[in-house]
Amino acid sequence: MACAAVLLGVALGMGACGRSASTEAAAKPPFRWGGDAEGGAPFVEADPADPRVVRGFDVEIAGMIAEGLGRKPRFVQVAWASIGQSLERGDFEIGMSGVEDRPEMRERYALTIPYFEFQEVLAVRPADRDRYRTLADLAGRRVGTLGATMAHDLLLEAQKRTGLVPVSYDDDIHPYTDLVAGRVDAVLLDNVIADRSLRRTGGFVIQPEPVATGAYVGVFARRNTALRDSANAILRARMQDGSLEASFRRWEVWSDAQAAYHQRVLAEAPAEDGAGATRDRSVRAYLPALARAAGVTVVLSVLAMALAVALGIAVAAGRVYGPPVVRVALAVYVEVVRGTPVLLQLFVLYYGLASVVRLPAFAAAVIGLGLNYAAYESEIYRAALQAVPRQQLEAARTLGLSEFQALRLVRGPQALRHALAPMTNDFVALLKDSSLVSVITVVELTKQTAIYATNAGSWVVPGILCALIYLSLSLPLSHVARRLERRWSVA
Amino acid sequence: MSGALAVRGLQAVRGSKPVLRGVDLDVAAGEIVALMGVSGAGKSTVLRVVAALEPFAAGTVQAGGFALHPGPVPRESRLRGLRAKVGMVFQAHALFPHLTALENVTLAPVHALRWPAAKADAVAMELLDGLGVGARASAYPRELSGGEAQRVAIARALAPDPMVLLMDEPTSALDPARRGALGEALRGLARQGRGLLIATHDVDFARAHADRVVVLHEGVLVEAGPAAEVLTRPTHPATRELLLHEAEPA
Repeated sequence: MACAAVLLGVALGMGACGRSASTEAAAKPPFRWGGDAEGGAPFVEADPADPRVVRGFDVEIAGMIAEGLGRKPRFVQVAWASIGQSLERGDFEIGMSGVEDRPEMRERYALTIPYFEFQEVLAVRPADRDRYRTLADLAGRRVGTLGATMAHDLLLEAQKRTGLVPVSYDDDIHPYTDLVAGRVDAVLLDNVIADRSLRRTGGFVIQPEPVATGAYVGVFARRNTALRDSANAILRARMQDGSLEASFRRWEVWSDAQAAYHQRVLAEAPAEDGAGATRDRSVRAYLPALARAAGVTVVLSVLAMALAVALGIAVAAGRVYGPPVVRVALAVYVEVVRGTPVLLQLFVLYYGLASVVRLPAFAAAVIGLGLNYAAYESEIYRAALQAVPRQQLEAARTLGLSEFQALRLVRGPQALRHALAPMTNDFVALLKDSSLVSVITVVELTKQTAIYATNAGSWVVPGILCALIYLSLSLPLSHVARRLERRWSVA
Repeated sequence: MSGALAVRGLQAVRGSKPVLRGVDLDVAAGEIVALMGVSGAGKSTVLRVVAALEPFAAGTVQAGGFALHPGPVPRESRLRGLRAKVGMVFQAHALFPHLTALENVTLAPVHALRWPAAKADAVAMELLDGLGVGARASAYPRELSGGEAQRVAIARALAPDPMVLLMDEPTSALDPARRGALGEALRGLARQGRGLLIATHDVDFARAHADRVVVLHEGVLVEAGPAAEVLTRPTHPATRELLLHEAEPA
């Protein structure tokens, strides 16, 4: 904090103390470090007093490394799951935001020495305290965690052994709220995160027996091993002089076990990079998962579109034929849905309404996308109904057809032909928008691709594969639409 | 001859502008009446009021024994009696583009009159054959020529067997040979006892095929009488103007 005050002082042009150090620091480029402030305290969080500034033990450790290098730290915000790839791009030099020491990371990046040991702990509802003590007790049950983590890997292994169902989240808050709400039966995550959630929201208990232990590291790109070695030397020095301990104590994550761990790390020789057995990361290994995810995308899109079409027809009919009150209410619905992001609607439906109605994720995804697209469909149908010439309706009347018969036999079929092409376009758009539902834990094609890409360390092959699958779904649809349009072209 | 259609003192306004200002008009069963006048004279409005597509402000309309009253157009459920007795053929024929010629003709009998499909098909084929388009029964409207579409539209209007047939500019899309054929077909319909009211500004057609001619001018009926007489010795300037434009295409 004293260091931060100095830097702040220099920045404001009032710094009288530490002048020589800051002049030296100013001469060197800033030490850019990447982290995800959305991950929150105690790792990295926006300072409530000044949201432009970040704080947390990772912030302090980054500051120590920067200081040791004689440079000024500069924070770069990055999505947690993208830390590795941003590092490769050169967005920053070190990534550290509760980054776990995993074999895949060792293979691909240059890691610092582990600076903090954590336990993977199981959180359950108080009533299940005695029922679900270990992963083995959770056969067939849903267990939430953060995607692309050691905990996620543990759950995937348990899935093969016991049939436990892993539920992957994009953040580490909603697994716990969903646990309390009954959407999942347990959550497996780092004890740091579990303790924080227990303090913040409560409503669950943490099983005392850890499932596994892991450690946090800083990550450098492979080309930066020299810088990594300097960082390691600084980290060892701060371990020895107690600076790290002081920081961890400030953030209330220090324990005797941590002290023993630091002693162990200091005694050990630096671990070799890339020592782990190479894992099968070929395309073939991921194809079944991608195919399954593509299936989820298709089923989800078809169901959501069916809902959107049915609701859209009802809304359009209400707006064309209904009394003024109905027309106004439906117009408000259409404008609200079209004027707000579908992402927001999904969040509100799944998390916002959880206290009122606890929808399963897939159902929430179908309903959310369906309600959203119904607004767009209704506008297409309304325009299509109004595009049918008035004389057609008059001809139907002079023939003695009732208003409903005229709609069903004359106006509707002609409107359908007008609506078909825009409807198909919407379905293709829905197919792609269905990727948004990963925010409410549904693993569809894009999410599965992201998981694949994170593990493979590259978006090139997964991205191409994913694009090919989307194209193979959407191109035939567009083709069919064009053919139907030609065949049905209204003279 | 008994009256198929009787219009008395008909007044209609569009916005605040009077379109019809007291029109009296009769069509007897078996009679073809040509309703003539330049564009904007009010011909189409008369047809649309009689077909209960537009409201009227004052007067009475008796069509096929069904009475229409001034004020808003009644709901369709109250117009069943009129729909069964009055058929209409629109200027641009208004065939349903998503249905074949045969389906266009059978739509009303099957759905409005609840005839069995076989009976509706048989009646429709007879009508199409009678009008010379039986061979085109399975064609869609976009595949029909102007004359063929016109005759399919007539067959469609005739399928419920109306007493009164209203036609709006039936010759506008036809060449002279086709006009002759259409005239013959209409004469046949009149012989069956139907009354035909035909809005047209085709003087040749009216002279050749109408029994009587009535001339509308600015919403008022200015001349009426046997076709040969009115169109040979016109007494009103509006009729003379019609005859002046005779040579021009409709």
